[in-house]
Amino acid sequence: MKTKHTIVALVENKPGVLNRIVSKWRQRGFNIESLAVGHSEVPGLSRMTFVLGGPAADVEQVAKQLYKVVDVVKISDLAEEEIVTRELALLKVNASDQNRSAIIEIVDIFKGDIVDVSPDCVVVEITGTEDKVDAAFEMLRPYGVREMARTGRVAVTRGRSPTTLEIGEAAAERRYRPAGQGKPRVGSLL
Amino acid sequence: MKMTGAQIILECLAREGVDIVFGIPGGATLPFYDAFRYYPQIRHILVKHEQSAAHAADGYARVTGKVGVCCATSGPGATNLVTGIANAWMDSVPIVAITGQVVTWLVGRDGFQEADITGITLPITKHNWLVLQAEDLAGIIKEAFHIARSGRPGPVLIDVPRDVFLQEVEFEYPEEIDLPGFRPTVEGHPAQIKKAAQLIDESEKPLILAGHGVRISGAFEELRELAEKAQIPVVTTLLGISSFPGSHPLCMGMPGMHGMYWNNLAINEADLLVAVGMRFDDRVTGALKDFAPHARVIHIDIDPAEIGKVVKPTVPIVGDVKRVLAALNPQVKKRRHDEWLAWLKKMREEHPSIDIPETDDLLPQYVIKKIYELSGDKGYVVTDVGQHQMWSAQYFWGDRPNAFITSGGLGPMGFAVPAAMGVQFAYPKELVWAICGDGGFQMTMQELACIVEHELPVKFAILNNSFLGMVRQWQEMFYDNRIFATREFGPDYVKLAEAFGVVGLRVTDKKQVESAIERALQHPGPALIEFQVESAECVYPMVPPGASLSQTIERPPVQKKGRETSKEVTARS
Repeated sequence: MKTKHTIVALVENKPGVLNRIVSKWRQRGFNIESLAVGHSEVPGLSRMTFVLGGPAADVEQVAKQLYKVVDVVKISDLAEEEIVTRELALLKVNASDQNRSAIIEIVDIFKGDIVDVSPDCVVVEITGTEDKVDAAFEMLRPYGVREMARTGRVAVTRGRSPTTLEIGEAAAERRYRPAGQGKPRVGSLL
Repeated sequence: MKMTGAQIILECLAREGVDIVFGIPGGATLPFYDAFRYYPQIRHILVKHEQSAAHAADGYARVTGKVGVCCATSGPGATNLVTGIANAWMDSVPIVAITGQVVTWLVGRDGFQEADITGITLPITKHNWLVLQAEDLAGIIKEAFHIARSGRPGPVLIDVPRDVFLQEVEFEYPEEIDLPGFRPTVEGHPAQIKKAAQLIDESEKPLILAGHGVRISGAFEELRELAEKAQIPVVTTLLGISSFPGSHPLCMGMPGMHGMYWNNLAINEADLLVAVGMRFDDRVTGALKDFAPHARVIHIDIDPAEIGKVVKPTVPIVGDVKRVLAALNPQVKKRRHDEWLAWLKKMREEHPSIDIPETDDLLPQYVIKKIYELSGDKGYVVTDVGQHQMWSAQYFWGDRPNAFITSGGLGPMGFAVPAAMGVQFAYPKELVWAICGDGGFQMTMQELACIVEHELPVKFAILNNSFLGMVRQWQEMFYDNRIFATREFGPDYVKLAEAFGVVGLRVTDKKQVESAIERALQHPGPALIEFQVESAECVYPMVPPGASLSQTIERPPVQKKGRETSKEVTARS
């Protein structure tokens, strides 16, 4: 059964680390749907968020292979119900004097922002889940979306349950956190 | 103290206890080689091809338990190492490969003899480094050795641009390494070990599957204790051979594709598999859906990624085999499995998988059996890859721990000659047999020169059937005997041996086998025997590819001399 997985990797910020990780997914034929990389709360450690689809057993196996990569400090497979996810999208939409206000109205509905305006187009910023970004795109498409740039999903777990273990955690088995392990302790606010 | 990058590398190698490096110099590594004169304690062995450097380091590492070191120049030198590195990767052998690289300002700009070797070896190394400044070298080399030998061992590669060898920097040997992402678990989880002991106590038909992990961790005594205490028969995988004494009544030999028939039956019958340092290779399991249908599984391995990769264990234990067994043994109750062992004994009698047919033909199995008999339980056996490898494995029932050296995972033909060289360098006084087919021997036979140069008394047995035998066997069995491209033309091996300065002997008749082997054994230097063996022989038992263990094919009844296939083979090719 193919399911969607959100994999968070906490890795040392060293050259080639992304290549090493992606190579493991490639070897097993996974298609990465989205990937977001940036600094984590710990200096020197980067946080990568992968979204990919595949049978749960295969994803778990590759995730275990991943922590053979020396630069990988921690891998987590996060279940949908225990995480908050966001994505940011910038859309460049055709806009004339006739329809600009209509566009602004749509953007307001999605709690987005107009971040740039010019005589024939606007740049819209939408933040939210993938579904919300998709919906905004659908609504804006009739006006003509010239470009869309999306960051891919970033995710953290709800409540106090950690996404990634403390670095001091010695036991290697615990460096892999399977999906559903961290039950949300506080209800969703959004 | 100020040192050049090259000196730093050698200083670090010396501090890691390295006394031998296999390699070939080149433009990019010249500054490195220039520094060897300051380190007479490190021998450099000039091999004839970089693949051999990696295989020799591999053979050396397998028998000594130390990290093997090989080096090559940039570009083609580095790419020639790849087969050897991949082999070490598949078989968990610790080697450090040092490659030269074009100068830093040419890296990524298609410099002469440039290859992105860190990119190329990324999936076949535990880790690799492109060193961009000499300041980083000491730390990287310390990490490299640590990573190569710790946890599940394996190869690492350090790529050093030519100018980095020459940079002079302050040398400081790091006392500690900080690798937050690399912390192998060595101690097994106590609760899991307790559960395992319970399963063993409850089991009526237990079977131990012993793999390479037993040998790597040196758990020979612990394995024996477990087997004897709970009276569990021990099946040894290809790389598990010589992890348990072959003459022990509980030793059952190899399972799987070319394993003992009785073992495949036993796996089907067992109610508990104790998998120790093995990874359920497809050559062991056959079709997975039918593998060990009645068995619960205890899986002990140091690599968490092996747990559940193929077989979902009832009780997984991540840890070093030696330590896990040491913790497990006291908790296992003494008991007997008389019924189960009697059943196994009966199966062994009913299915004598490795009886050699009585014939005047020169059968390869007979040759291998004689080699083992006449050598006594001494020294090391290194095999190449193919039919002779399977026979060597089937007939090896020696007691010496860690004595059977073969390539299990990757299966590169050409492994035996350089690997035997590495083994002999490690133990110059021990008996080392390199058992090869004519195909594999011709892939790396140039190393005979290196072997003669260093007066290594390796004994070579070439089982010459004038075919790529294993491939021919598959053509015969699964491609309706359409023999194509497997007929092997070879040189006059005796003359070839003599040309290199090796004593060469030829055996064409069964009656000559013993005397030839004895002559080779008595000769103090390297000797080579070409056995012109029956070419139509197939390895049995055999589980056809993709089939279940229950579909193991046994040897057909003894055939007449000059089987039809044999004639057809000659006619067609």
